Amino acid sequence: MTFALSLRGQRRKTRARRIPVSLIVGGAMLAIQLLLAVFPSVFAPYAPDSFDYNALMQPPSLAHLFGTDNFGRDVLSRVIHAYSVDMQIAFFATVLPFLFGTSIGAVIGYTGGLAETIFGRLVDAIITFPFLVLVIAIVAVLGPGLNNMYIAVGVVDWVFYARLAVAEVKVQKRLDYAEAGRAMGYSPARIVFRHLMPNIITPLIVYWMTDMALAILLGSSLGYLGLGAQPPIAEWGVQIADAKNFMGTAWWMSVFPGVAIVVAGLSFSLTGDGVAEKMRTRR
Amino acid sequence: MTDPTLISLEDVGKVFPMNSSLLRFMRGLPQSRVNALNGVTFEIRRGETVGIVGESGCGKSTLARCLVRLHDCDSGRIRFEGNDIAELEGANRRQFNRRVQMIFQDPYSSLNPRMRVRQILAEALSVHRMRPKAEIPARIAELLDTVRLPSDAADKFPHEFSGGQRQRIGIARALAVEPEVLVADELVSALDVSVQAQVVNLLLRLQTELGLTVVFVAHDLRLVRHISHRVVVMYLGRVVEIGPTERIFSAAAHPYTQALLAAAPEMDPRHRNTKPAARGELPSPLNLPPGCAFNTRCPLATGRCFTERPELRATEYGHMAACHLVDAHAVSA
Repeated sequence: MTFALSLRGQRRKTRARRIPVSLIVGGAMLAIQLLLAVFPSVFAPYAPDSFDYNALMQPPSLAHLFGTDNFGRDVLSRVIHAYSVDMQIAFFATVLPFLFGTSIGAVIGYTGGLAETIFGRLVDAIITFPFLVLVIAIVAVLGPGLNNMYIAVGVVDWVFYARLAVAEVKVQKRLDYAEAGRAMGYSPARIVFRHLMPNIITPLIVYWMTDMALAILLGSSLGYLGLGAQPPIAEWGVQIADAKNFMGTAWWMSVFPGVAIVVAGLSFSLTGDGVAEKMRTRR
Repeated sequence: MTDPTLISLEDVGKVFPMNSSLLRFMRGLPQSRVNALNGVTFEIRRGETVGIVGESGCGKSTLARCLVRLHDCDSGRIRFEGNDIAELEGANRRQFNRRVQMIFQDPYSSLNPRMRVRQILAEALSVHRMRPKAEIPARIAELLDTVRLPSDAADKFPHEFSGGQRQRIGIARALAVEPEVLVADELVSALDVSVQAQVVNLLLRLQTELGLTVVFVAHDLRLVRHISHRVVVMYLGRVVEIGPTERIFSAAAHPYTQALLAAAPEMDPRHRNTKPAARGELPSPLNLPPGCAFNTRCPLATGRCFTERPELRATEYGHMAACHLVDAHAVSA
């Protein structure tokens, strides 16, 4: 009986080790933020755009936990409502680059030859420019707004996924299991997408997580510059832009959206680390 | 069907270009190339086991890969039932891929770490339409039984098995498509000696039961002697001696084969040989010596060996060797 008990205890221990702490913490943080993003009005005490001229730039208090801004809007409510916008940016700006870049990169890496050379030159050309400058240039041409920002990010961002996928596939395609697939007469599409893809996807998912954090940062930067989300939409970058003239007198207007950006970025990074650890290939 | 020759290699050559350096380019030197295979000619008969032996780097594995079309040969041709395999396309190529299967050396990388054994086998069965969908689970159980793996192995991942078990999964995958030829590239060299016997005996049993033709690439001479009908000895991308196993082992004609045999470890200490069999190292395959490729290490080399390349010719024992000394007189063993 004691033997069985100790065995069971051991099994529990190994299972606990298999879900990394970073995944639990990051995932929990992400889950809470997603909840805020989907149901902002449930959690926000005030409407994000209701002016209250009797409570302009109030410091944090029980009535307004994060204080109020220069129009008397509740900063906490605006930070919460901004989750809908910023989480959307994180996901929609990166999901298509992730899917497209990974697929095209896997194909290029497997084909090699001329396609790879051309792609390599394209990568060189794109990474010569700072990412932000390139995106700002494209948004400036297309006009400000969230949709154009997604387009601008998508046009550039897929290259980074593709570059990673090319490198991973070039390693994997030399391994015997890929050769075995060829010797079996499997089609290249089957080998790339059924055999190689599951073995290269982990670092790409981790990069995707990091990229979502970067996308929030980018979205906020563009919001701050007036090229992304447009006021009066509640968005962290827009909020910080609104607050920049009152930095000395009303620190709460900029600090709380800033903290929200940091927390969101941190939870994506933690989740990415956790996923990497969880999905590490066992040989 | 009466033709005993299943696969014939005619003057097969394979060259791997090396990455050219800027310095070589500026000096006007040509790109350096590795001659992995040079004019390899022999035949594989239906139902026999051909052992291919030689040192590391002699082109054994390249030859195996050419046989299953993982590499295309650069010169010469490989015929399967008379058809040049480089010209097979579409359905014929798929048939060829099905009928000629390869088993890989490293059991730790030859199975996809993300696929369960069931998926690995089911994929082979369904892609080649070996069985209707409903019969696939039964066939998988049958295959696992054939290679002596428990039936619950199907739902495990490769990392849950030992090296020998993985190698048997590799064999099961090859057998799934009911091939006629198995090309085993160093089948057991990555395994413990105790496990090697199991896997080799499995291969032998399968060969008799299924009437397979086996190309067994190895560097372990005792193993090759144990399982092959005929032996091909390779040196630097060339066939130097070819013949029935017992002839090669009892009356080796080529000095290189003799050196290989002498270098094989002897179990009995009284017969231990302290004299080195072949002098020196393998010459670089980048620039092969003129004449006989073995002339740098051969204890019997004469002037002719440095100028003229010997062709394969019949020895007095009835097998073939590529050595100038063969037609002069039999080389004393």
